[in-house]
Amino acid sequence: MAYSEKVIDHYQHPKNVGTLDKSKNSVGTGLVGAPECGDVMRLQIEVDDATGVIKDAKFKTFGCGSAIASSSLATEWLKGKTVDEAVKIDNMTIVEELNLPPVKIHCSVLAEDAVKAAINDYRKKNGLEELQFEEKGVH
Amino acid sequence: MLQFPIYLDHNATTPCDPRVVEAMIPYFTNNFGNAASRNHSFGWQAEEAVDYAREQVAKLIGADPKEIIFTSGATEGDNLAIKGVYEMYASKGNHIITCNIEHKAVLDTCRHLEKEGAEITYLNVKPNGLIDLAELEAAIKPTTILIAIMYANNEIGTVMPMREISAIARKHGVLVFTDGVQAVGKIPVDVNKDGIDLMAFTAHKMYGPKGVGALYVRRKNPRVKVTAQIDGGGHERGMRSGTLNVPGIVGFGKACEICMNEMESDTARIVKLRDKLEQSLLKVEESYLNGDKEYRLPHVSNISFKYVEGEGLMMGFNKNIALSSGSACTSASLEPSYVLKALGLGDDLAHSSLRFGLGRYTTEEQIDYTIEQVTNTVNKLRDMSPLWEMFKEGIDLDTIEWAHH
Repeated sequence: MAYSEKVIDHYQHPKNVGTLDKSKNSVGTGLVGAPECGDVMRLQIEVDDATGVIKDAKFKTFGCGSAIASSSLATEWLKGKTVDEAVKIDNMTIVEELNLPPVKIHCSVLAEDAVKAAINDYRKKNGLEELQFEEKGVH
Repeated sequence: MLQFPIYLDHNATTPCDPRVVEAMIPYFTNNFGNAASRNHSFGWQAEEAVDYAREQVAKLIGADPKEIIFTSGATEGDNLAIKGVYEMYASKGNHIITCNIEHKAVLDTCRHLEKEGAEITYLNVKPNGLIDLAELEAAIKPTTILIAIMYANNEIGTVMPMREISAIARKHGVLVFTDGVQAVGKIPVDVNKDGIDLMAFTAHKMYGPKGVGALYVRRKNPRVKVTAQIDGGGHERGMRSGTLNVPGIVGFGKACEICMNEMESDTARIVKLRDKLEQSLLKVEESYLNGDKEYRLPHVSNISFKYVEGEGLMMGFNKNIALSSGSACTSASLEPSYVLKALGLGDDLAHSSLRFGLGRYTTEEQIDYTIEQVTNTVNKLRDMSPLWEMFKEGIDLDTIEWAHH
């Protein structure tokens, strides 16, 4: 299967690979997937307490090129958004942006799940109620 | 000068040897006759060419030319052998013993027969990829008609103890079929010394053309018969009808002859390169060899690089290096390799595997480049792997509750 140029570009030059200090209250961490399934994503956000804007985002991903590209793209989109805006990131926009084929849609779903998990971790740390999300059920 | 892409997937298929192509060419144009045409020189010429090729093929495996049935390839050979024996020996019994790392052409054929009333025992292999001989013998019953165990495995290259298997089969009067696809032409295979009654193999895995293969069917001690699966003009002693693929068969014959003459020198060269590749890659931290190190084909190495995913890994160099992974992402099923799982590997290690298949034209320069590329990509991906980070922090990944999808 041939990859789209955008997937290859993110794979070769991933954006925002790294680790944020998860002990900080301003940092939310989402760890999704499972090694047995061949995909694990860890996505982190650091939120400016005053403005609610995500000032930094980092990821590390174990998975195929599409999984790496999906998480790299998600961190790019997260930066500069408020937490409320970030909640709306939809996997299908990732699919469209990266031209993912149907067998790789689960990679985008995982990225969306990672974003939501990170946001919820941040909310929990800061005494906010965790958001409830509908199951996508694609994977 | 290194030329790209480098081909290291010789267990999938091999390029045609130019000498094979040269031998085939006249049989497409001038000598195009039907080998079954009895009444003119075109037919006689084609028949003569097929007879000669049959000798070349038989010689490579120590068989009599009359014991070679030409087929379209090994999938057909596997089907013909297993279904053919099942139907031919129906009055004797309905039980077949095979193992869980066979090729799909064998496993799916067995599944098909189960629906028709066959009883199939799928032996588990040991962690090194070989079957347990005591388990094999214990599985034999009065109704057992066939033991179907591959000669060598396509993913990990392990070579089964054929002589011990056939000795057990003989003792109990059971026929032995082996899928010899990966072994024939690569290591010495002798149907008499190895005690094989039926064996499927194919040209394109041994530098011959695609679309032609053979089924060896023993003619004496014992005389084995199979029920034809394709009906028609009664070609190939009635066991496989259909006009013979004369150019393909000629090429197959030539490929066998070359393998026979050059096996020793080819193997000596290839095994050196394979060992260099393997030793270098096993120096990478947390890398593991899959399958038995000793009982193995000389040109295959299957290695898992823990904490990186196989498809992601291949993407780092697949513009320049062609090889295969046991990762789920490379198959339509999203399931990781059933062969690696059968060895008892966790799904994570199965997802992290690469299969290197070297061949006749592999050079040391190519191997050096591959070592460098694979090592660099593993390191690069580990730098972005959350699992690697956890491993390095001393976290036991088994203690984490993963959200299974």
